[in-house]
Amino acid sequence: MSDEAVAPPAALRPAATAPRRKQLRLPATGLLGGAILLLFLLCALAPWLIAPYDPLAFDYMAIMQPPSWEHPFGTDNFGRDVLSRTIWAAQVDLQIAVFATLFPAIFGTLAGCLIGYAGGWVDALFRRLVDVIVTIPFVVLVIAIVAVLGPGLLNMYIAISAVGWIIYARLMRSEIIAQKKRDYAAAGRVMGYGRLRIIFRHLLPNAASPLLVYWMTDMSLAILLGSSLGYLGLGAQPPTAEWGVLIADGKNFMTTAWWMSIFPGTAIVLGGMGFSLFGDGLATWLRRRA
Amino acid sequence: MHIVGILGRRLLQIAATVLVVAVLVFGLMRLLPGDAALVLLGERASDEAIARMRDQLGVNQPILAQFWDFLLRMVTLRFGDSVTLRVPVSSLIAERLPVTLLLTGMAAVLALLIAVPLAFWSAVRRGSWVDAAIRVFAQVSVSMPVFYIGLVLLITLAAGLRWFPVGGIGTGFLEDLYYLFLPALTLALSLSAILLRNLRESLIEVLDAEYVGFATAKGLPRGLVLRRHVLRNAWVSTVTLLGLHIGSLVGGAVITETVFAIPGIGRLMIDSIFSRDYAVVQGLTVVLAVLVSVVFLALDAVQAALDPRVGT
Repeated sequence: MSDEAVAPPAALRPAATAPRRKQLRLPATGLLGGAILLLFLLCALAPWLIAPYDPLAFDYMAIMQPPSWEHPFGTDNFGRDVLSRTIWAAQVDLQIAVFATLFPAIFGTLAGCLIGYAGGWVDALFRRLVDVIVTIPFVVLVIAIVAVLGPGLLNMYIAISAVGWIIYARLMRSEIIAQKKRDYAAAGRVMGYGRLRIIFRHLLPNAASPLLVYWMTDMSLAILLGSSLGYLGLGAQPPTAEWGVLIADGKNFMTTAWWMSIFPGTAIVLGGMGFSLFGDGLATWLRRRA
Repeated sequence: MHIVGILGRRLLQIAATVLVVAVLVFGLMRLLPGDAALVLLGERASDEAIARMRDQLGVNQPILAQFWDFLLRMVTLRFGDSVTLRVPVSSLIAERLPVTLLLTGMAAVLALLIAVPLAFWSAVRRGSWVDAAIRVFAQVSVSMPVFYIGLVLLITLAAGLRWFPVGGIGTGFLEDLYYLFLPALTLALSLSAILLRNLRESLIEVLDAEYVGFATAKGLPRGLVLRRHVLRNAWVSTVTLLGLHIGSLVGGAVITETVFAIPGIGRLMIDSIFSRDYAVVQGLTVVLAVLVSVVFLALDAVQAALDPRVGT
């Protein structure tokens, strides 16, 4: 009898589930972000299929041509097709998004888990370290490290990784601290599970969604920072086509051949937006699902 | 009373920052390949100069003694001489610092001037096309790298319309303000987008709060409610956020100064990297880190003044 009282009338059920299904979909802006990322992924995986010209081929008959049907993004000061170079550069910039964040995400997560679970003086020491590190300008520190190691993509990854893991560790630490107070963590301890098993099999999966969302945001930041360093000459080195490097190539012709810089720049803005919209959408989706 | 406590803690933190940065820079300089004395002095240094520098660096001493010496030199601002410019690094920094301070200060003010009215507009007209347009503006602004914003503003407003100079700084304070307007706007845009989003969220939260409904029901004019009740309570998180982003503002200044050819410490840093002038890079890293911590300290005091709950 009491079961019937709890169950909703049959007529209400479809109406109640329809919005639920809608809630389970990614929000429209998240889908837009995902679509942009897919497009760039396609450019990165098979640039030779999409790009109309060889990105490195000089054509002295078509130097600094404005956008036209043959060259939709125009040509640069060596007659290279800007569209093709922008497409090929997606490879390098997506690589930056992944490689500049991979180590910080993995190492920072591990460190954050262990620090959050350990607590005590380890945690106190870490918090002091974070308080200090956040006051040091991130870009300045990365530039200083690149200065010592020498310009180039690999050294840029090393420099960003050396500093970037701390943010993930801070995020993970507070998540784990919140999770370890929950009953299921206590249950795991009562069952006699080892610490590592509780941390990585039980706490981490429950604490992972903020991490995923931050990772997306961080990838968009990595593209911005990577292209900035490329522009300054500290990141990807010419003739590698990278969006920041392409903009730097065009900066001396800004008034006569604006297309050389504007189109690669638009690619950066779109790429950054792709990751951040997708990340925001993911956050909303995860929140609704929970 | 509690302000004193916060300031004390912050001063300790600045000391800790100096220590950590010193450890980092000291460690980094040890990573440099080859002879540190030769690296600091450049290839063309005479043998005596190198011997003197080796002595000064104390390469033959134990590592802790070397570090202690290094720390003492950093704290007393003795960063050594610039290899390329042949002047003391500290005087070089002192000469270039005011421009960078002016630039970042202007950028912070501009960011607030852009963010606060737009956030208000967006929050009050929530869900309208104005709100949508402002949110798109914020989304695009955060996704634009600083150097690209700078270049776009350069081509359109400086080179195209000729409203602003294309770079450098002026003579005298007022002309500096004019020359630095575009660079400051460049720096301010992405920060303003971050502030705008946050302020919009907290404004919406406050607008829905019961005490605002009560104030309106009392018959207080709309403007007074927004100023006294809404803004005052939404302010605090914005100031916190501004503080957290001072570091990125300084980082952005390094890039902006390069784009606009502004003779500040950011440009000095990039130039020094390419001329392998490590004494300058090392001095600048320390000075910038300390500078940002000092700003943190000042903002903490502002925050404590705005919100009595802070720090208790």
